[in-house]
Amino acid sequence: MSILVGRETRLVVQGITGREGEFHARQMQAYGTNIVAGTTPGKGGQRALDGSVPVFDTVAAAVRETGANTSVVYVPSAAAPDSILEAVGEGIRTIFCITEGIPALDMLRIVEVVREAGARLVGPNCPGATSPGRAKVGIIPGSIHREGRVGVVSRSGTLTYEAVQAMTDAGIGQSTCIGIGGDPIIGTTHTDVLRLFAEDPETDAIVLIGEIGGSAEEEAAAWAAEHMASMPKVAFIAGRTAPEGKRMGHAGAIISGGSGTAAAKVTALEAAGFLVADTPTEIPALLRRAGVR
Amino acid sequence: MKIQEADAKQLLRAQGLPVPPGTVARSVSEATTAAAGYFADGAAAVVIKAQVLVGGRGKAGGVKLARTRDEAEAAASAILGMSIKGIVVRKVLVGPAAEIVKEFYLGAIIDRASRRIIVMASAEGGVEIEEVAKRDPSAILRESAHPHLGLADWQARKLAFGLGLAGPHVKAFVAIAHGLVRTMLADDADLVEVNPLAIARERDAEGNLVERLLCLDAKIVLDDSALPRHPDLEALRDLDEEDPADVEARTHDLSFIRLDGTIGCMVNGAGLAMTTMDLVKRAGGEPANFLDIGGGARADKVAAAMRLILDDPKVLSILVNIFGGITRGDEVAKGLIAARSRQERDVPMVVRIVGTNADEAQRLLREARFQTAATLDEAAEMAVAAAKAVGGAA
Repeated sequence: MSILVGRETRLVVQGITGREGEFHARQMQAYGTNIVAGTTPGKGGQRALDGSVPVFDTVAAAVRETGANTSVVYVPSAAAPDSILEAVGEGIRTIFCITEGIPALDMLRIVEVVREAGARLVGPNCPGATSPGRAKVGIIPGSIHREGRVGVVSRSGTLTYEAVQAMTDAGIGQSTCIGIGGDPIIGTTHTDVLRLFAEDPETDAIVLIGEIGGSAEEEAAAWAAEHMASMPKVAFIAGRTAPEGKRMGHAGAIISGGSGTAAAKVTALEAAGFLVADTPTEIPALLRRAGVR
Repeated sequence: MKIQEADAKQLLRAQGLPVPPGTVARSVSEATTAAAGYFADGAAAVVIKAQVLVGGRGKAGGVKLARTRDEAEAAASAILGMSIKGIVVRKVLVGPAAEIVKEFYLGAIIDRASRRIIVMASAEGGVEIEEVAKRDPSAILRESAHPHLGLADWQARKLAFGLGLAGPHVKAFVAIAHGLVRTMLADDADLVEVNPLAIARERDAEGNLVERLLCLDAKIVLDDSALPRHPDLEALRDLDEEDPADVEARTHDLSFIRLDGTIGCMVNGAGLAMTTMDLVKRAGGEPANFLDIGGGARADKVAAAMRLILDDPKVLSILVNIFGGITRGDEVAKGLIAARSRQERDVPMVVRIVGTNADEAQRLLREARFQTAATLDEAAEMAVAAAKAVGGAA
């Protein structure tokens, strides 16, 4: 087992003939992900990735012909909302949106559609997810992973790589690593991912990586305190030195009106039984201290 | 992106909201002429308001009432050129002053937790809503708008009655609340705020005293991600208040924020960039900036980032931290080497590159005699030590 992506994943890559889509589809395939289809309107009938993957005009055709059950969206921000809606509309249950720069109000409407359909959207503006040794969907470099039993959830891209590399170097493997995205409105929250990890028999411990802005980390902390009391929990929060009122790169990373500070998140996480690391390199040692072998 | 009050009011007017007239003036004579015009139209007083994007302008003396042309001239000359939180006032908004009977707060925000537009209202108008929230959260009424249906009439009415409004004000309030949400949707705003929304007393055409709701102040924050589809709104960007470094950063698609410290930081990825700043602080230094060069950054972007960092005379050392995923380490190394060969100021630089093509990056950097570090913690310590060695407290 693992969560969201695994051996059962049959992936359709939306935007497979674009520069980003093509590059990352190749990386995912090399990692062992089962890419069954790609889509680009107007390029149906072509084949991508050296002829190994059929390209369709529509997600409908990709699902019908290949049984795709998961999609990843690499199309530019102006068209990405429509791509997500197309995937939901054609019955895809798990959708990853890597695209950055989708307006927040578009996401409000889309998240509602996804919710009504009972599907799951991860992102947008996220690096995707990897279940080491099984499959990766998105842009996380495959080389940083090691198979194991610690679940990782993060808002960030490269910061996650840093933390995961430190774990791998220390001999601590991962069940699944998920980047949920740095935008204010996202489909899957820290808490949603914790729910999945709590039910995954192959995840024994979790690492939660957050950053300033909003209150998603506090909500996740409260949930974990109640439902994951016995599970080893380690966290890291970025942005302790971030000034108030400035957007720190991610659209969602902003302290406003005194709320969303790193200090408040660290306090909430510690109160919920998380060991909170001062630097990403401390994460493996804290996992050991929490009982991870 | 924040926009000025005068522009925000224009966007509200475009959605049919009741906003008093106003004129933007960039000089004392323009302001005085505008005031004289409103006096001639029968205004008993005019209000002259500094147009700056920072809060607290009232307390700073940036808002003044004037009852005569001379008073208006004096007020304008006092406000224009004054400094509010480090921002020099270059323009004022002049308009007839309203006779305020009662003030309210009305705002629409995107709420992250519920993933809804929330319309907030309070009978405590004219003060910062954050203050009200801290002092008495129950004084703020909230209604959540459905993403597809919007704010329903009953929700707007509930807010109106909750504020204690009665008679014709209820209908007027409902229209204003809808207008706020409409503005938010039309302009892709993260925030639309009217504070105060006031019951103002004025004379109608027959000379009778009447009361009506008026949007006396307006604040709008636009969603940066949506600006590409609103070129008209992009034009509202106030370059008067922009640091030239911000303009330069935007040109090169770099995410850059200037801070007060001495250690320049160049990082790929926002979360890692924040973490790098935190580790600089932990090592006893202060970061000079937040800088995310983004994914897949190539040599020319690296060079532009280096220029931005070095333009800050406070910078005593530079920490480069790259975790290669999409970004190739050797590309960054080449960019750094090229940038250093052109830079005018020699500042110690500590480079840490791991991930994609890191070995090749290491080789290039060693040949070019760059100081390199293996881990982020080590890199932060080295950069702080280098800044301290150069002199000055880091």
